[in-house]
Amino acid sequence: MTNVTIGAPPTDKAMAAEKRPATRSKLSRQRLRSAWIFLTPMLIVLALVAGWPLVETIYYSFTNASLSNIAGAEWVGLRNYYEYVDYGDGEGEYFGLFFDSQWWNAVWNTVYYSAISVSIETVLGLVFALVLNAEFKGRSFVRAAVLIPWAIPTIVSAKMWAWMMNDQFGILNDMLMTVGLISAPVAWTANPDTAMWAVIIVDVWKTTPFMALLILAGLQMVPGDVYEAAKIDGIHPVEVFWKVTLPLIRPAILVAVIFRALDALRVFDLIYVLTPNNTDTKTMSVFAQENLFQFDKFAYGSAASTFLFLVIAMITLLYIKVAKLDLGGGR
Amino acid sequence: MASVKLTKVEKAYGAVKVLHGIDLDIGQGEFIVFVGPSGCGKSTLLRVIAGLEDITGGTLEIDGKVVNSMSPKERGIAMVFQSYALYPHMTVYENMAFGLKLDKSADKSEVEKRVREAARILQIEPYLDRLPKALSGGQRQRVAIGRAITRDPKVFLFDEPLSNLDAALRVATRIEIARLHEKMSDTTMIYVTHDQVEAMTLADKIVVLNKGHVEQVGSPIELYESPDNLFVARFIGSPAMNILPATLSRGEGGTHAKLPGGNSVALPFAIEAGQEGRGHLGVRPEDLSIASGETAPFIGEVTLVEHLGEVTLLYVDLGQGGDEPLVAKLNGSSNVKRGETVKLEARAEALRLFDEDGKAIRPASMRQAA
Repeated sequence: MTNVTIGAPPTDKAMAAEKRPATRSKLSRQRLRSAWIFLTPMLIVLALVAGWPLVETIYYSFTNASLSNIAGAEWVGLRNYYEYVDYGDGEGEYFGLFFDSQWWNAVWNTVYYSAISVSIETVLGLVFALVLNAEFKGRSFVRAAVLIPWAIPTIVSAKMWAWMMNDQFGILNDMLMTVGLISAPVAWTANPDTAMWAVIIVDVWKTTPFMALLILAGLQMVPGDVYEAAKIDGIHPVEVFWKVTLPLIRPAILVAVIFRALDALRVFDLIYVLTPNNTDTKTMSVFAQENLFQFDKFAYGSAASTFLFLVIAMITLLYIKVAKLDLGGGR
Repeated sequence: MASVKLTKVEKAYGAVKVLHGIDLDIGQGEFIVFVGPSGCGKSTLLRVIAGLEDITGGTLEIDGKVVNSMSPKERGIAMVFQSYALYPHMTVYENMAFGLKLDKSADKSEVEKRVREAARILQIEPYLDRLPKALSGGQRQRVAIGRAITRDPKVFLFDEPLSNLDAALRVATRIEIARLHEKMSDTTMIYVTHDQVEAMTLADKIVVLNKGHVEQVGSPIELYESPDNLFVARFIGSPAMNILPATLSRGEGGTHAKLPGGNSVALPFAIEAGQEGRGHLGVRPEDLSIASGETAPFIGEVTLVEHLGEVTLLYVDLGQGGDEPLVAKLNGSSNVKRGETVKLEARAEALRLFDEDGKAIRPASMRQAA
């Protein structure tokens, strides 16, 4: 831990160093040069794989590009987002992404899915992390076992769950009917009442281990002597959790939540495989993909992608501000 | 009142025994220091008394009550940790008040009063609103001590509280702890350290521990003047007491200890017949001086001279092969040079005898007193 004194008066040494800029700047120029040498390859790769596609997407969202005619795309301004078509008889209609109820449905689905699944994952992940942090026999085995769902590719686990949730042959219906909880088979992934929850259940199953792992790392940073001090102070373990453990692992939880939230907001593969073509679970990413590659509305899909980017960016910035997250790493 | 009594206290981790039946009687208001080399069990013993570790055998009584299965809080103890163990997310005030606030018996103004009082004693009032990370090491340790004071403990435990501080701060904080003990004269204090200066300066009574056994209990001067065995003799005092193999025999007017080099020293008390034969002669470096006469019991070549200003340390090879050099601590600066041959002597009363097993052989008068 370093103690930084803010606003400390400059020491004689520092003042002396300022008077000799020549020797200092030579060293710092050298450092600057090596920093750039190390950074450049990464910056180039980032610009190529992230920067360029982003710029392209934003550009196409202002054109009339279609999948069959990308090269001949023409600039159409905001028409993909907002357009008023005057029918000439004093009546008219609004078109574009801002007035597309399907799009807003997808936005709502995404936010709903993200909020619920990330909340459940955080609570469950915290519980898992606390258990995994305790000393018990076979702990390393359990730690590895818990991670298995996270290690399985999403497509595989989504398909696996799709079969388990199958309305006719699924093991889930079979088990629930044997126990007597339901009287008739439920089409979990197709039924409007259960489709979203089916997606959430699978996502929670899959990503809780990730959450647990990040929070566990935070828990292991808490110095053990603090708990001994609490024991000497005679503080009840429940109180210790709320007043000592939780505040100390708060930064780890906040970082874990933002990781998961970013992932959840652009969810695609799980929903595409588990509940294809279902408006009840269609998210922003699925909406964009459909328009881009299935409906031949490349420009419209680009507009959706751009909007998705803005929504995620805004939520992230808002979160960082509200949570007072210190991503600079200062402690 | 707040006496602490240990009877055959044992601690084992699985099959490994760390404490082997410790018996100890600590009176109310005493300042007790546990010293010993690392791994001797001193910290474990303290943690057992604190209630942070279970006792696996024997009984521990505080105030005449067996507290083996009581929580630290029920035992009425407070502890200061080597690493301070402050709650990093709480201010100094909150750190000190945390344990009190959750105690139903203390109301808010009482908590405030106690924290302010402790802060005043330790001169940390200006920092009450700061987080621990904005404090220096010495200030943090004072907060840790303050937190312990607010609990108004019956027994105050210190686990090497000064070892994370730099040398100057260590001396200052040591003096503060000594003052604290004067102010809280009813509170029993138990202090663990490996630093014998801390032990000598603070303790009413020192407990020397070695490999989970108590080697000797006594006042600092008792341990220095009359160590029970070779371990205590070597451990207390710096530089350590010189121990030389010797053959002991009864002679006229006392005892003769014959050194391997052939020289012999006489001691002014008689040993018993059974104690004759092989043994050890102990002499502290500060009791040695340059011999005035022609002959001296300790003659050898100086292999190293250390000038410390107020004293000079001579390392003398007595020519007995293999053994550690004899260390002599001479007052002031000496002009003895490396390579010279010196003759050293010591007063007969300053010499200590130990039998072959390392147990002290004392004059009959002292044996009765002890």
